[in-house]
Amino acid sequence: MEGYETHDYDVVVVGAGGAGIRAAIEASAQGARTALICKSLLGKAHTVMAEGGIAAALGNVWPEDNWKVHFRDTMRGGKLVNNWRMAQIHAQEAPDRVLELEEWGALFDRTKDGLILQRDFAGHRYARLGHVGDRTGLEMIRTLQQRAVHKGIDVFMECTIQTLLKDGDRVCGAFGYWRESGKFVLFSARAVVLATGGIGKAWKITSNSWEYTADGHAMGLLAGAELIDMEFVQFHPTGMVWPPSVRGILVTEGVRGDGGVLRNTEGRRFMFDYISDFFRAETADTEAEGDRWYDDHHNNRRPPELLPRDEVARAINSEVKAGRGTPAGGVLLDIASRMPAEKIRRRLPSMYHQFKELAGVDITATPMEVGPTCHYVMGGVRVDADSTASTVPGLFAAGECAGGLHGSNRLGGNSLSDLVVFGRRAGLYAAEYARSQAGAPRIDAGQVDEAARAALAPFEGTGAENPYSIHADLQQTMQDLVGIIRRGDELDKALVELEALEERTERMTVTGNRQFNPGWHLALDLRNMLEISKVVTHCALARKESRGGHTREDYPTTDPHFAQVNHVVRRRPDGGIDLREEPIPEMPAELKALFEEQK
Amino acid sequence: MAADTPGARGVPDKQSVTMRIWRGDGTGGAFTDYAVPLREGVVVLDVMFDIQATQAGDLAVRWNCKAGKCGSCSAEINGHPRLMCMTRMDTLPVEEPITVAPMKTFPVIKDLVTDVSFNFEMAKTVPAFAPKPPDADGKRRMFQEDIDRAQEFHKCIECFLCQDVCHVIRDHEENKRNFAGPRFFVRLAALEMHPLDTNNRLELIREQYGLGFCNITKCCTVVCPENIHITDNAIIPLKERVVTEFQDPVVKLWRRIRGQR
Repeated sequence: MEGYETHDYDVVVVGAGGAGIRAAIEASAQGARTALICKSLLGKAHTVMAEGGIAAALGNVWPEDNWKVHFRDTMRGGKLVNNWRMAQIHAQEAPDRVLELEEWGALFDRTKDGLILQRDFAGHRYARLGHVGDRTGLEMIRTLQQRAVHKGIDVFMECTIQTLLKDGDRVCGAFGYWRESGKFVLFSARAVVLATGGIGKAWKITSNSWEYTADGHAMGLLAGAELIDMEFVQFHPTGMVWPPSVRGILVTEGVRGDGGVLRNTEGRRFMFDYISDFFRAETADTEAEGDRWYDDHHNNRRPPELLPRDEVARAINSEVKAGRGTPAGGVLLDIASRMPAEKIRRRLPSMYHQFKELAGVDITATPMEVGPTCHYVMGGVRVDADSTASTVPGLFAAGECAGGLHGSNRLGGNSLSDLVVFGRRAGLYAAEYARSQAGAPRIDAGQVDEAARAALAPFEGTGAENPYSIHADLQQTMQDLVGIIRRGDELDKALVELEALEERTERMTVTGNRQFNPGWHLALDLRNMLEISKVVTHCALARKESRGGHTREDYPTTDPHFAQVNHVVRRRPDGGIDLREEPIPEMPAELKALFEEQK
Repeated sequence: MAADTPGARGVPDKQSVTMRIWRGDGTGGAFTDYAVPLREGVVVLDVMFDIQATQAGDLAVRWNCKAGKCGSCSAEINGHPRLMCMTRMDTLPVEEPITVAPMKTFPVIKDLVTDVSFNFEMAKTVPAFAPKPPDADGKRRMFQEDIDRAQEFHKCIECFLCQDVCHVIRDHEENKRNFAGPRFFVRLAALEMHPLDTNNRLELIREQYGLGFCNITKCCTVVCPENIHITDNAIIPLKERVVTEFQDPVVKLWRRIRGQR
């Protein structure tokens, strides 16, 4: 085969969002020779789009808040199938990680006392989200990016990793291509951290960018790692619905956290009709009580607009189905009648800008039209809670591409904190693992040749299939058949369609040359999306109940059996998928007690 | 879809539009016309996706968030530096061909994708944030009114449109060695006005970053998609600080008395 450039590092981090950059900073601080590799330019990863804030029990607004309350909220938000140890570490360490960002130059909005201001968000008992207006992700990624740059970490931008390389059982490197030139590049590594984000580009209505093509999930699976709970996909309740071209773009939950309410076209605050038994005791049952809660959390219960995302998304879906939605298929999110215009522009500047520019709507005067949009995958690479190690030696995972922390549904604000808490741990333990590896990694030329051949195959195709149309059809299949509400027969149909799509990829041909060729890049990313779409569908078929981000019309309630199990997936050498149930890890008594006393 | 009904909410009357897109690479290129159907509410970036999917699969475009938050899809649309994701087609004169060209200040890689590494190299040279010690109780206190200005600068999405439009480097490649550009004046101002920072970068700002080259034409402010007041709030205050630091006779006298410099 043609020559390729090679680099040797102790730790290679794939992905440069919050988790990847934080991992690289830590690995480098531990003395590991560290490479940070990303598909886009540095600072453009999905983290930049996070809006509402970062959840951490700092107690700046409500001194009663502490990690135990945050832990309990996270577990309940995930309907208790979360990995309790991850949820514990996350809640305990998030405050330090937020303060560390401040130490590195981040400027969060302030309380009157000069501390980090915290805002209310769905599912969080207390105002807990450190934020910068509604552009918290930008502040976070820029702070981390500048830290990494000043620490002199080697960054490989616009470089796509395609395949993990193995030396026996362990991971020993990564192989991919420069997007600019199309030329191949090989990284030998003692440890690899996957921080590639999510899978949402497999759905049609999505808040996710072109990068979210399940790369880490698929590369991990192909390298022998186990995935966990892949049926749990979060549909954020509030994406834009009009105009059609912006459908799916995120509208921050901060709108509801700051007092925004949802109404149907009959003007009713319909969320009061959708309070599930699980949350009834802690949710207001009148508008007056819900409105009072913003100023007095002690004597009132939270409004149902601040139920976790899965609950709100399903409710919106039902309202639209019942004919009480807008012509474009949304409901109305009203902040205009709840807050002075000036305050809206200060608290939600980027929402104001986004609606003004893209929809011609002034949100200080008119309600926003919103509906569910594919946003996040709770499932991911199965990791050890403390070390983020996957089931493959030398392979670690952090951030969205790792599973377990969020259970069946993630609370808003828990993603940014997840990134820095487990990003740091991934860097720390990957560096430690790398140190323990004596000899240089042995690269198997056969694996490299095979990866290179697969990468170039779309240029040699003679078929009439075009990657863009296969992708569009994949998105339609997942949207229609593996979406927010699922059914056994439709999931079966999805598997058949996914099979057919996979066959079509064999007849796929790309035009042009290897230099910055988006058609070629998509053709290669399709493999990952198809692989993981199948896994999601298999897991969704197997979980015969409704829980969190997984709703089955044919099994509409939770089931005591499934309350006790996680789904674990492995890939067989023949390419088939092995799915098994594993009992959820048993929570220690002192943590269990938290769920008794705070009811 | 019901909302696709033509005529609803500002749908352009015209059924299709000609996009005149610069295609080529570092060795040269030319504008190519693509006829594209117009759909309701689309932005320029949507039209690029249409062209990729149906006419030119290899059309090179950078993008990520598609919501004006990441600053990836910068280009020159009918000669104006803009984000493609935030430029609605119904704000453009679609009866004429719409030209889309790469940013001129940076070398072309391919089509609309340029080599913006100048900015990433410049970023490496900026002296890091260096905070003063925390308060006695270990906490850090800053008041909102003291960070409002720096927060304005932190809104920067690094689209580099201000760098693109800045005439100091747009037409003078040789100045790139001695001039950091508006993006970095915003970054330097953010650091200089950060209530906790202790580094002094004024010497660098005057010498290495070439603040004096800027003659306040405000082109950068005009193109900023985040509406950062680059000239008024970042560049002019930095110029004032530089003058105070290096030219102010009172400061100079004081230094002589104190035996500094």
